[in-house]
Parts: sequence; C-alpha cells; structure tokens
Amino acid sequence: MTRLAKIYLVAVLVFLYLPILVMMAMAFNRSALYEMPFTFDLVWFKALMENERLLQASWNSVWIAAVNAVIATALGTLAAYAFARYEFRLKGLLQLLLFPPITIPWLIIGISMLIFFFWVGIGRGLHAILLGHVALSLPYVIVVVGARLRDVSVQLEEAAATLGATPQQTFRRVTLPILAPGVIAAALFAFAVSFDQFVISYFLAAPGTSTLPVEIFTAIRKGFTPEINAISTIIILVSMSLMLLVARNYRFGGER
Amino acid sequence: MSRVDVEGATKNYGPLKALDGVTIHFTDGEFFGLLGPSGSGKTTLLRAIAGFVELDTGAISFDGERVEAVPVHRRGIGMMFQSYALFPHLTVNENIAFGLDVRGTPRDEIAHRVQEMLTLVRLPGLGGRKPKQLSGGQQQRVALARALITRPKVLLLDEPLGALDRRLRQEMQVELREIQRETGITAIFVTHDQEEALTLSDRIAIINDGRLMQTGKPQEVYENPVSVFAAQFLGDSNILRGAAIDGGLRLADGTMIGTSGPCGGVAIVRPEKISVQGGLGAARGNALRGDVLQAVYTGASVTYRIRTAALGDVPLLAFAQNQTGELLSPGSAVTASWDAAHTVPVTP
Repeated sequence: MTRLAKIYLVAVLVFLYLPILVMMAMAFNRSALYEMPFTFDLVWFKALMENERLLQASWNSVWIAAVNAVIATALGTLAAYAFARYEFRLKGLLQLLLFPPITIPWLIIGISMLIFFFWVGIGRGLHAILLGHVALSLPYVIVVVGARLRDVSVQLEEAAATLGATPQQTFRRVTLPILAPGVIAAALFAFAVSFDQFVISYFLAAPGTSTLPVEIFTAIRKGFTPEINAISTIIILVSMSLMLLVARNYRFGGER
Repeated sequence: MSRVDVEGATKNYGPLKALDGVTIHFTDGEFFGLLGPSGSGKTTLLRAIAGFVELDTGAISFDGERVEAVPVHRRGIGMMFQSYALFPHLTVNENIAFGLDVRGTPRDEIAHRVQEMLTLVRLPGLGGRKPKQLSGGQQQRVALARALITRPKVLLLDEPLGALDRRLRQEMQVELREIQRETGITAIFVTHDQEEALTLSDRIAIINDGRLMQTGKPQEVYENPVSVFAAQFLGDSNILRGAAIDGGLRLADGTMIGTSGPCGGVAIVRPEKISVQGGLGAARGNALRGDVLQAVYTGASVTYRIRTAALGDVPLLAFAQNQTGELLSPGSAVTASWDAAHTVPVTP
C-alpha cells in the first residue's frame, strides 16, 4: 500500500470512529459540559440506572427487536424458500416489490403506516411499532436467507425425498440445518433494523410509551444530559457485538 | 428387488418431446443401462421412475402396482446422484442412517445396519467423518450405502460415476457391479458413456429424441444394431449405403457386398471386424480396395483410414490387430475385407 493510501485509510477511520470514541469517553467523564481535564467517573451510568423513562424505553426496544427478529425471520425464511423453490403466478412482480421498502425514505413509510394504522383501527403504540418493524425487516431477511439458499442444492432435498423423508422432514432435517448460518444472520439483521429504527417508531409511538431511540430524541430536545452518552455507549457495545456475531456466522457474498 | 414396468411414457416440455411413448420392462434383479446423448430423455425417464417427473401419459408400476400417484418419499426407491448429494452437515454414519432415521427405526437397529452398510461398501472406520473429508470415490460409496440401507425396491443411478476420474471410475464400476449382485437389487442407471454401459449392464436401452431405439443385452445391441443411430452411438461403425439386391447390397461403384440378412439398402460393419492387407488379395467374403489415408499406431492395434472408390469421400475405418509389427504406410494400396456375417443390415 502506498503512503498516500495509508493516510487516506486512517483519515476515513478517524472520521468514522473519532466522534463515537469521544462520546464514549465523555460517558465516563465527571463533567456534564465536556470539560477537561478528563476525570473518570461512573456518575452518568448511576444516573441512567435511576432514569425510569430511559430504562423502560430500553426494555421496550429490546423486546420489540427480539420479537420482531423471531417473526420476521420465520416469515422471511419461508418466503425466501418459496421464491427459491417454487414457481407461482406473479413471482417476478412479488420479488420486485420486495425492494422498494428498502429504498423508500423511512419518513414516508412512517407517515403512511401511521395514517393506515389509524384508518384500519390498529392505532399507535408498541404493537403498531412491532408491526411496522416486521414489515420493514422482512425484505432484509428474504434477501439474506435467499442468498444462502442458493448454496442448498435442490439435489440434497431430492436425495432426502428418495430416502423416505416427507417434505416437512426434508425442510427440518436437511434444508434448515444447512441454511442455519443464513437464518441466524438474518435474525441478527432483523434485530438491528428494529433496534436502530427511529423514524417509523417515532410516528407509531403512543405518548408515554416509546422505544429507546425515540426516548433519546425526546430527551435531547428537552436538554442534553450525559446519561445519553452512557446509554449510547451501552448500545454501541451491544450493536458491535451483534455485528461480530453476524460476521462470524455469515460471510457476505462468498462461501465459508 | 422388484420388477419395474414403464408403459407408453410420454412427457412434453412445451414443444419439446422429452419422452415419446417409451415402453421398457425392467426385470427383477437386473442391472439396466439407459444410454443416450444428452437431451435424449434418459434422465427424464429415470426421474419419472423416481417420482420427480410427472408423466403426461403412460404408466409406471413396481411389481405390478401403479405408482404414478405415489409421492417420491413413499415409492421405496434408492437413488444416487451425479453430485452424490451427501448431506454436508451430517457425518458419514448420519448420512447413511438418514433413510432409517426418518422412518423412526429403533436406534440400535440403525447402528447395526449402518455398520453392515459400511462393510458392504468397504468403508469401515470412516463413519465419524464429514463428507468433505472424504475422497470422491469414498463419497461415492457413502452415497451408495445411504441409498441401499432402506432396502429399496429399485436403485436409480443418475450418471453415478460421471464425476470420477477414469481410473477410479473403472474400479468403481467393478465394485458397483459386485455390490449390486450381492444385494440382488434391480438397478437402473443413466449414462452417456457407452463403455460404462457395456461393462455394467445386463441389458441396455438406447434412447434418442425421447424414443426407445433399441433394447437388449450389450452384446446383442453392439453386434446387431437395428439402426444407423444405434450403430453410431454405441461404438464406431462404417455405414455402407447402396441399392438393395438379393443377399446384400450394391455400392456406388458397383461392388457387391453380402450382408448377414435381408437388406434394405443400408448396412454397417464394425471397424474391428475388418482385416487390412497390402496388395489385392482378399482374405474374406466382402472386400473393398483402396489406399491408406492415415495409419495411427497405438501399440496393440493400428487404426487405418482407407479411401475407397465404393465409399467415396467417407474413409473406411478399420482397427487392425498388430500381429506382425508392420505398419501399412499412407498411400499404399490395400484390400480391406470382412465376413458377410458381420455386415449388419440397419434402418437408415
């Protein structure tokens, strides 16, 4: 690598990670006003522990993300399987329709969901947020599982059938185990999509109950406190661990 | 161990006739080779017997019982795929046990029969490995053991040895044959490799364009092909075309050729049936004079291409045993001769 390229690489990394590192450092600084010198203190984490609203919102975020991951992964895996193995009417159109939700701005999706949910009587609240997140995560799951499904040769399923396995047994004992890394990666993806989601959650949250990103946004509008740094630090650590898990289970675009 | 009957099997894929009224009766315990060029319909026929392909019309029965409505997993077949299709997430033992496992066979019986199978396919001691850790030949044997453990009525093999190199393939041919005899199972296999078909099969069928061209023992089909296609697809042959006369045919230059039976104007002779001699002396009944176009020395035999007035542009192909150690050089005048009995009338 040339010298210039190295400098460029370092610049990019600094640009990406320095703000995050500064924020994480400030979570451990006693001063509320980013004052130097740096004095190590866990005061903001203690304050966080006493902040009921923030804790409740965190808990909401976690269980919505988890339930969303389970539902979206189950539905998405079955959909990906149907796309890969069966021919049906309008298959091409349906596959095409998967992608716009990824590209349409969340703001617009959020507003349309809010209007639609009110219109059909679902209303706002955590259940509405969950519903919105499932709809949002499905395309990601289908794409991730579908990519992995290309590695499961049809001949393996045919071989299982000749050996006396029913279609259900074949799916459970052959397809699913081989597909597992893709399914796990998709579940972690779905978890992350939901956990990080702000815009849609913001529109669908009922007053008083919301998810962590929405709560952080509300808190900042009232006035910034370093508790936000503390909770953000925790989220970053959790997200990074999830990413590591995904990377371990799923090699993007190639064979393991 | 079963009889398999296919009656008037027809399958169309759009305008393409993959199977066009094929009728074959596979007898109990025989090793049957389906031979044909790619796209001939042989694989479609095998997959129809397995249950992966639904026929448009026609009947398939195992031991007299119709099976068209029976789904693959209840047909009681064993199948070997060209890619082996071993389950990558299971060990050798688990792969072999799969068929019994899904039937809910008791654990100790499974263990016992897996061991039996490992012995049968000569792989003892490798049960704990994953398929990836095995060589191509070993994977082949695992696939065979897995297919046989359920004691299927019929074993279907789709180009079973296609992925192996030549040497290993010949070894596996012998073993496959032995194991098939030991188990007495009816086996139907698809191949485009004519040598493999001849070596392995009790009987073969030649299929082309979805139609059955000829069925019989390998020797029968090879020695007495009924059509130009069968003669050319199975082995090499010289095609003799002329006017039908009593007892044979008259070639373009007027040479009379005796045939083994009544001839409609086309006959074939296998290159190895032809003797080639320098000069004009004919050793046997049918003779063509010409000169050597090309002589390829391969040690045990010599392949000659001979230009003759009778055949015009198409050279006569002859495989001569290397008995004298001498080579007839290109350009020399020779006489190629063979018996009328080896001149087989065929349909064009």
